Amino acid sequence: MVGAAVQRQRAGRFVAMREGYGFLLPWFAGFFGLTLGPALFSLYLSFTKYDLVSDPRWIGMANYVRIATADAKFSQAMHVTFTYVFLAVPLKLAFALSIAMILNKGLRGLPIYRALFYLPSLLGGSVAIAILWREVFSADGLFNQVLAVFGIKGIGWVTTPETALYTLVLLTIWQFGSSMIIFLAGLRQIPQDMYEAASIDGASPRRQFFKITLPLLTPVIFFNAIVQTIDAFKAFTPSFIISEGTGGPVNSTLFYTLYLFQEAFAYFRMGYASALAWVLVMIIGSFTAVSFFMSRYWVHYDE
Amino acid sequence: MASLTLNKIVKRFGSLQVISDVDLSVEKGEFVVFVGPSGCGKSTLLRMIAGLEAISGGELRIGSEVMNDVAPAQRGIAMVFQSYALYPHMSVRKNMAFALETAGLPKPEVEARVNKAAAILQIQNLLDRKPKQLSGGQRQRVAIGRAIVRDPQIFLFDEPLSNLDAELRVQMRVEIAKLHRELGATMIYVTHDQVEAMTMADKIVVLRLGKVEQIGAPLDLYNNPANQFVAGFIGSPKMNFLDATLLSSDETGSVVSLAGQSLRIPRGLAAVHEGRVQLGIRPEHAMLSSGDIALGQMEIVLVEHLGGNTLLYGKLSDGQTLTVQVEDQARLGMGDTVQIFANAARCHLFTGDGRAFAAV
Repeated sequence: MVGAAVQRQRAGRFVAMREGYGFLLPWFAGFFGLTLGPALFSLYLSFTKYDLVSDPRWIGMANYVRIATADAKFSQAMHVTFTYVFLAVPLKLAFALSIAMILNKGLRGLPIYRALFYLPSLLGGSVAIAILWREVFSADGLFNQVLAVFGIKGIGWVTTPETALYTLVLLTIWQFGSSMIIFLAGLRQIPQDMYEAASIDGASPRRQFFKITLPLLTPVIFFNAIVQTIDAFKAFTPSFIISEGTGGPVNSTLFYTLYLFQEAFAYFRMGYASALAWVLVMIIGSFTAVSFFMSRYWVHYDE
Repeated sequence: MASLTLNKIVKRFGSLQVISDVDLSVEKGEFVVFVGPSGCGKSTLLRMIAGLEAISGGELRIGSEVMNDVAPAQRGIAMVFQSYALYPHMSVRKNMAFALETAGLPKPEVEARVNKAAAILQIQNLLDRKPKQLSGGQRQRVAIGRAIVRDPQIFLFDEPLSNLDAELRVQMRVEIAKLHRELGATMIYVTHDQVEAMTMADKIVVLRLGKVEQIGAPLDLYNNPANQFVAGFIGSPKMNFLDATLLSSDETGSVVSLAGQSLRIPRGLAAVHEGRVQLGIRPEHAMLSSGDIALGQMEIVLVEHLGGNTLLYGKLSDGQTLTVQVEDQARLGMGDTVQIFANAARCHLFTGDGRAFAAV
């Protein structure tokens, strides 16, 4: 009797487990077939010479050695990408936080403002906006027309090597919406009585910002910084559209991913492009790891 | 240490008036408790004194200065919040030093004042911890310590014990009372707990719906409540209110009829009043024997044995419910009937609209 009951129970559990794995199957298929599989294959390819036509040929560390020692374009792409990341991310976060603080003042019609400010983030990553951006900052674009009103003669911002990257930085900052929403949620989390206690303690709004708001917001700042940094390292569309796939003028907008794309799909050096991709993974991975390590010194987790 | 005067203080949120014409004067060194049910405006009133809520009308003076539009930090007050409102990312030491550092006091003095306050509250060993590493009672002490270091004219407490468990609440109650004696500071304390009010206050302010119902010493409120609300709010278990008919009333007292009996109560009304009244008897003043008036027979519906005393819930012969508290352990059960007596001098009378008859 008891044995039969246990057996029935086991059978029931097996059916339940089978059903569970059944539901997981589409995800597993996607993960192994479309994510992990290609990723591992690209890891293999990064040790080969492969042009899509002939079979991959094993060349050991040669791709990586070339990246490290003999690729001026790689250095240029690194330079552009790091400049972009270290400019765009802090500026974007600062801008997002400022707008979030304004919206947190208990504005009437907050949902409308929130949606309006979020809008560029929905559009900003798109090809259309990148094209629009190119037009706005071209020699006879909208930006220069505005400058002309003040008697300033502008340059072709996207066609001048010294300024092209900064127009891309600006485009990124403009997409501050998602960081702003998260900051806004973070600001809402800070109990009002912290500020009341601080105002009784005599702290000015400025001191309250630096001593209460910023420290209590550090988990959210940290999260936003990580997400935005990873995003910025992977940025591709804006430079691809604005430079029309060249990374120009004079490689001044040659994002790392754009260089990788050129190697893969313009020169069909799949092995080398795979190696570049894995270098980027390592860069992002170590950056994130270092950030998490450092976070214990500046991020305050409550309770 | 300073006195405090509220003169016709009003608070409006839009068209809603939540505090109406509150007059109050608090003497130097006095311990005043604002008490009332939730929504009575007691916390709002405290926050207006603190400067966290704007004052819509009337005048607030601390000492001799009008403070209506003075910033919280300049009012010479310190506040202990219900949630403690400790800065979670700062150590206890930093929490306590925050106001002093903000004021730009020299380091040695900050250090000295923090240490002194920590010694008073016996939290020296906690100074380097973060708030999250503290128990509720310890956080409470730190919150009080943060107030003490500022050496304020007036301490404001907003339901500071409501997040503590019962045992700790009693302990902290005693400690705050002790602190009041030691510092000799003026303190204003908000609570919804009438026991806290009774035990701690020099003066209780009973609030309801934004209006002051009565101001007085704890025992004054207990012995001579101004109205039925105060009578019901102060004292535990709650005072019994029995429907009665007023037969006559003059300066020597009143005669009421209750469940077919005429009772003479030494309380009177200046104005002529007839008809329905409420006879108020506290459960601890109703007795099973030897009173000078008899309320008749009561059938017991429920008995609560508390050890030291017993609560009897019952029905009088006319069906009105009554709670009686008897000393010690009464050997009584459901369905038993007992005779109920009271001392007329301890009974209260209220008009239909709740005003109390004065003692004669």
